[in-house]
Amino acid sequence: MDDFTKLLGLADEVVGAAQRAGADVAEAVVREGSHLSTKVRKFEPELVEEAGSRSLGLRVMIGQQVAVTYTSDFSAAGRARLVEDALELARLAQPDPFAGVPDPALLSKAEQHADLDTFDATMEALDAQEALRRAVEGERAAFDADARITNSEGATFTRAKGGSVLVTSGGFRGTHQGTYASLVVNPVADDEGGKKRSGYFWGARRHLDQLASPKSIGEEAARRTLRKLGASKIDSAEMPVVFDPDAARAILGLLAGCVNGNAIWRRSSYLVDRLGTKVASDLVTIVDDPLLPRAPGSRPFDGEGLLSRRNTVVEKGELKTYLLDSYAARKLEMESTASASRGASGGVGPSTTNFVLQPGELSREALLADTKKGLYVTEMMGFGFNAVTGDFSRGASGFLIEDGELTKPVSEVTISLNVDQLFQRIDAVADDLDLRTSTASPTFRVAKMTIAGR
Amino acid sequence: MTPRYQAPFAPHGPAPIDTEIARRLLSVALEKGGDYADLFFEYAVSGSYAYDEGILKSAGRYVTMGLGVRVMKGDATGYAYVEDFDLEAMRHAARTAAQIAAGGGAVDAVGLERVTPPSRYAVETLSLDVDGAEKKELLRRADETARAADPRIIKVNASFSEEIREILIATSTGRFVTDRQPLVRFGVRAIAEEGDKRQSGSSGGGGRMGLEYFEKHTPEEHAREAVRQAVAMLDAREAPAGEMEVVLGPGDSGILLHEAVGHGLEADFNRKGTSNYTDQVGELVASELCTVVDDATLDHSRGSINVDDEGLAPSRAVLIEKGVLRGYMQDRHSADHFHVTPTGNGRRESFKSHPMPRMTNTMLLAGQDDPEEIVKSVKKGVYAKKFGGGQVDISNGDFVFSLTEGYLIEDGKITAPLKGVNLIGNGPDVMRKVVALGHDLATSDGIWTCGKDGQSVPVGVGCPTVKISAVTVGGTQLG
Repeated sequence: MDDFTKLLGLADEVVGAAQRAGADVAEAVVREGSHLSTKVRKFEPELVEEAGSRSLGLRVMIGQQVAVTYTSDFSAAGRARLVEDALELARLAQPDPFAGVPDPALLSKAEQHADLDTFDATMEALDAQEALRRAVEGERAAFDADARITNSEGATFTRAKGGSVLVTSGGFRGTHQGTYASLVVNPVADDEGGKKRSGYFWGARRHLDQLASPKSIGEEAARRTLRKLGASKIDSAEMPVVFDPDAARAILGLLAGCVNGNAIWRRSSYLVDRLGTKVASDLVTIVDDPLLPRAPGSRPFDGEGLLSRRNTVVEKGELKTYLLDSYAARKLEMESTASASRGASGGVGPSTTNFVLQPGELSREALLADTKKGLYVTEMMGFGFNAVTGDFSRGASGFLIEDGELTKPVSEVTISLNVDQLFQRIDAVADDLDLRTSTASPTFRVAKMTIAGR
Repeated sequence: MTPRYQAPFAPHGPAPIDTEIARRLLSVALEKGGDYADLFFEYAVSGSYAYDEGILKSAGRYVTMGLGVRVMKGDATGYAYVEDFDLEAMRHAARTAAQIAAGGGAVDAVGLERVTPPSRYAVETLSLDVDGAEKKELLRRADETARAADPRIIKVNASFSEEIREILIATSTGRFVTDRQPLVRFGVRAIAEEGDKRQSGSSGGGGRMGLEYFEKHTPEEHAREAVRQAVAMLDAREAPAGEMEVVLGPGDSGILLHEAVGHGLEADFNRKGTSNYTDQVGELVASELCTVVDDATLDHSRGSINVDDEGLAPSRAVLIEKGVLRGYMQDRHSADHFHVTPTGNGRRESFKSHPMPRMTNTMLLAGQDDPEEIVKSVKKGVYAKKFGGGQVDISNGDFVFSLTEGYLIEDGKITAPLKGVNLIGNGPDVMRKVVALGHDLATSDGIWTCGKDGQSVPVGVGCPTVKISAVTVGGTQLG
């Protein structure tokens, strides 16, 4: 999408129409995207899906009364409805003394916007045949890896691209575009007692040439499925827990929700009133960085038009900042951290970009070798987290660690510990960071957690 | 007067779709030799109102529309969608989907016949057509009640959402059917604070209806329930860890059944042989006390449908009868595979997604035990009252559920509230360990949304008081 003229024209028109209809503030976001997704199962095509989509989101304010509207109906009547509904709803809403927009002097200019290399122009040439071929190759690699892989939930290759523009009555105009390619392979193995074990692995990158090969993804998927064979409960106990990067980033995501400015002013986070205090061990530094080239969560400007910046959220265990948009900042009498995110539907709130627990110096192998007895967690299930108190309890599966080695596969246990204590008890962080996802973490170890099993 | 929100493809809309246009599009979809094709037209309008810190802080309205074209050839599906109803754009989507069958000869679509589905959720006035001030007042009442109910309540939010979803489905087997699906949901969340303790509570409900929902359930009722829960949990203590007896309260606990058993009975997993219930029809898979149904036909229930998203008639499907597996929930594709009648469980989130076998209202039917006696029979265990959500590994039935409200049972009495408890177990295993079933079947209606493969659909759940002889409770207190 090299040409944003059409999208900018639509956004300009809607902003102008809303202002003429009586809006004091009008902000429009227009998105357009397309994707190709192919799934194979047992080497045969199961799904080929191809489509384009688009959306128009509007936020208006009359004084400090706020409303948002959204439509995928781009007809003249659809656009008129969008504006009319927004104004009607804003009149119904009540004045919110904190509603508003950022100081116009803080808005970024297009020439300041960094090129974050999030768009791969070669991707669109990849057609359905090639996408199917890659999916088959990934699935075949999983079957070829071991005879115990007897079934499959399939392999899916997807490529997608999207572009968006944001225009505000305050004078901001910005454009952003990105591409994304991914392959997920999901083999199934038969276990003792007729139980089935399903596992998966996936790769995802903004540039096609950086995506891991289908073969390596398929082989890793098989490895992850097979290692679950024979998994069983263990006795309830307290012991160290090592989180592999996939499980670790889920834990990190819990903290991300609790440093979100909205959770803070709502007082629904255990991190309320904790700025400048220890919230994690000295080994923990967490950075939210929207400016990483080619990373999944990168963006040149935030959802309100402020220039993106790197925020160190936790530094050597100390909570340095919350993530704030201008609304949360006004509520908390702080400054925006340029963390506003604007959803397709036009609503604005703080969010993370690339939220990364910084890697340590230890290799994963060295970290494990240093663990005499513990639980190595590769997957978690369920939603057992209370953000208000930090209480955490989730189903987990993985392996027992004995004398520094992964031994018996474990499933159907829960791990519990208040997240506040969990981060404080991190006593080792490995160096195996992979930026497949916008919230990312290396392997880390928590000195002691409660495990409920038999 | 033309209605404010009208599907463009409706008879008086700007781009009406009749049986002839649909037939022609289906012919394009089948021009490469597909076995089957369908068109799914959708127009959905939803509204949201958020009452926060004592004011209606924001309101929103959202319109989505489009056409999804599906073509099947053997086990392969071609899918494409467009977001406008321009004839050329629709033909392009049909041609894109048709490619899956490349190589075959053209098949002509048969003539289409209009089918009139039953009417399980007709409403006199759509919530979307009611003046916003009325909804604002309902939210204000909830807010006021919650704040006044207890001095420890520090934050309240109340929300209301409403939707109308109009669909038109045309299939190459000759069906042409439309439906209008209204949906409302009301919710209150309260946060209580006492010293350094903070807890939240919530309550909500709704269904396929208009504002008449509030004739039976008032905003005040939900406000008081949210406050009761938040305040009760202030005294919560650390939960025990380990295997013990668990009693599930009626209603809300149905979500456990939905996850632990329901998903494994969706026919797609069984067609592929990846479910723990594969090839077990006719076998005893649960305690003989258990009969489980999926019932799309309940009036005005959140999970009910008049027609499924493949144009087929939904039903009340008996999945497990007195412990014996009777059948799966089928969509068209899986029913073909198993040579059975589709159960009308083919559902999709929107025109952007292809249908899959999905649940509607899933219920464990009542037994004959007295709920109080069930609790009395437990020496040490956990009473599960409200669930926050859960997840299951379909391939083996392992599940995890989070309780938002749970209590310790000591010597047959419900005692202390418990912090952050998880129940973890295995679906088939737990169903075999059902040792008592209350006569108090209740539905937990109007709040649940089920996710599968990234697609969300509204569902209902229900169950009576259930006693399970052993489940792992994931607390922090050992011993």
